[in-house]
Amino acid sequence: MNLERREEVNFYLCISPWLLGFLVFILGPILASFWFSLTRWDLLSPPRFVGMRNYTRMFEDELFWTSLSVTVRYTLMYVPSELIGGLLLALLMNQRGVFGIRGLRTIYYLPSVLSGVAFVVVWMWLFHPEAGLINSTLARVGIDGPRWLTNPQTALTALWIMSLWGLGRTALIFLAGLKQVPPELYEAAAIDGAGTLPAFWNITLPMITPAIFFNLVLSIIATFQTFTSAFVATNGGPLDSTLFFVLYLYRRAFQMFTMGYASALAWVLFVVILALTLLVVRSGRWWVYYEGEAR
Amino acid sequence: MIGSRSPLHRIALTALLWAVALLFLIPLLWMISSSLKSNYQIFEIPPRWIPNPPRWENYREALTVLPFHTYILNTAVISTLTIIGHLLSCTLIAYAFARLRARGRDVLFVVMLATMMLPYPVTMVPLYVLFQRLGWINTFLPLTVPAFLGSPFYIFLLRQFFLGIPRDFEDAARMDGANLLQILWQIMLPLALPAMATVAIFTFQASWNDFLAPLIYLQKPDLYTVTLGLQFFRSTYTTNWALLMAASLVTVLPVVVVFFMAQRYFIEGITLSGIKS
Repeated sequence: MNLERREEVNFYLCISPWLLGFLVFILGPILASFWFSLTRWDLLSPPRFVGMRNYTRMFEDELFWTSLSVTVRYTLMYVPSELIGGLLLALLMNQRGVFGIRGLRTIYYLPSVLSGVAFVVVWMWLFHPEAGLINSTLARVGIDGPRWLTNPQTALTALWIMSLWGLGRTALIFLAGLKQVPPELYEAAAIDGAGTLPAFWNITLPMITPAIFFNLVLSIIATFQTFTSAFVATNGGPLDSTLFFVLYLYRRAFQMFTMGYASALAWVLFVVILALTLLVVRSGRWWVYYEGEAR
Repeated sequence: MIGSRSPLHRIALTALLWAVALLFLIPLLWMISSSLKSNYQIFEIPPRWIPNPPRWENYREALTVLPFHTYILNTAVISTLTIIGHLLSCTLIAYAFARLRARGRDVLFVVMLATMMLPYPVTMVPLYVLFQRLGWINTFLPLTVPAFLGSPFYIFLLRQFFLGIPRDFEDAARMDGANLLQILWQIMLPLALPAMATVAIFTFQASWNDFLAPLIYLQKPDLYTVTLGLQFFRSTYTTNWALLMAASLVTVLPVVVVFFMAQRYFIEGITLSGIKS
């Protein structure tokens, strides 16, 4: 066996765990999921082929539309605020002469490490209608706070605030992007007499479009899959006002055992996320600036 | 970012950023404070930040009402196995992607990156069916076995790191007749330790906080992870906020500790990746 051939064999040997995992845990399940979505199946009796019936049924399923609408509205709320908030925080951190920048970075990042059930529980306590820190603080300035998590009008907003707490990760990715902007650009702009705001619009913003792009894609994909906070804090309620798509899918699969319908829901989710991602990637050609385009 | 600033500006900026930082810390501080209150104190309005007297028994109570030690042990077992799995598989796979030439390599790499974008719910139902057929429901296997088959994000991370290591070392070793595994083990791994620490830490955090997968696969209380235990606790003792805060704090403590210890590794990882010379 010649050297090149041997290298090739070694390569495939080395990546064989991933290949196996890809086939068994990703590709296989994706195909299986599509097949399931064409059947009616409760796990007990064998699956029965029903064609596209699961998909057409969705049009009449009120909860499908509710969960889709909740998820879309939430994504429209959360993604822009996360990006803008994160960018603002990063811009402030990137200014010269801030004391204790390392400590700040640690504190901002900490919540995104801690997210999960424990802090959903902590936030539930913060949102407590009477004794919670938020409403008792509001009461002190004479505002009668809402019953955050038990009012259909405010529950989604409460989950939004809860998630924004984890904004630090986005801010740090932006900060890394800002650090990459060559200082010469600002010096040149300063010599030309450009003010802070024009410098931001014409230098900073274009230079960090790759970071914005990266954060945007990740944020959309993650937000569309919101589950834990809604499951723990509100369980989809009140009045289905926080019934996220994945929560509905979970119920359909693991509480109602309608595996076929759940798989169809999963495919709809897949297609929606894929379409949105492709849309962003396509649009990226117009607004994402890569240094040395030819790379 | 821009030129020098007046001292006043610096002070205002610093004050603003630290005020935001305090806002970020409030849930954490509030959790600690609430966890030490009695059930009467906790509903006091206006609330008091420093509980007087602090009620340390809350911790003992919170941890004994439900078998939290079992949950912690379960989560520790799962996390440890997942970390070992990721370290073994991802380093090997990442090294191959970084250094070995083969037809189809770049296509496979792109496919791997694409799977990172795959929403977990898409494969959720078939994976459940698969694990059920294998008899793996109510075992830790669905949560740990996949880790031994690599994970795209960590493979990507390690590959980037390997690409930054100069080839000279390996070439010299190859001249001396070392084989691939020897090169990986004796030369690359010592250099890649910071990147591997990063993988271990991220994995630990993700697996400790994981909720959806344990929720699906672990249905027996004696197999619960800490997040499942906490959720069970919450749905059973809804009004006992002090105990809930104590239990929450214990649940996140390992992650907090690892986070503060690991910061050093992150920084080392960054500086060490600059050895290109």
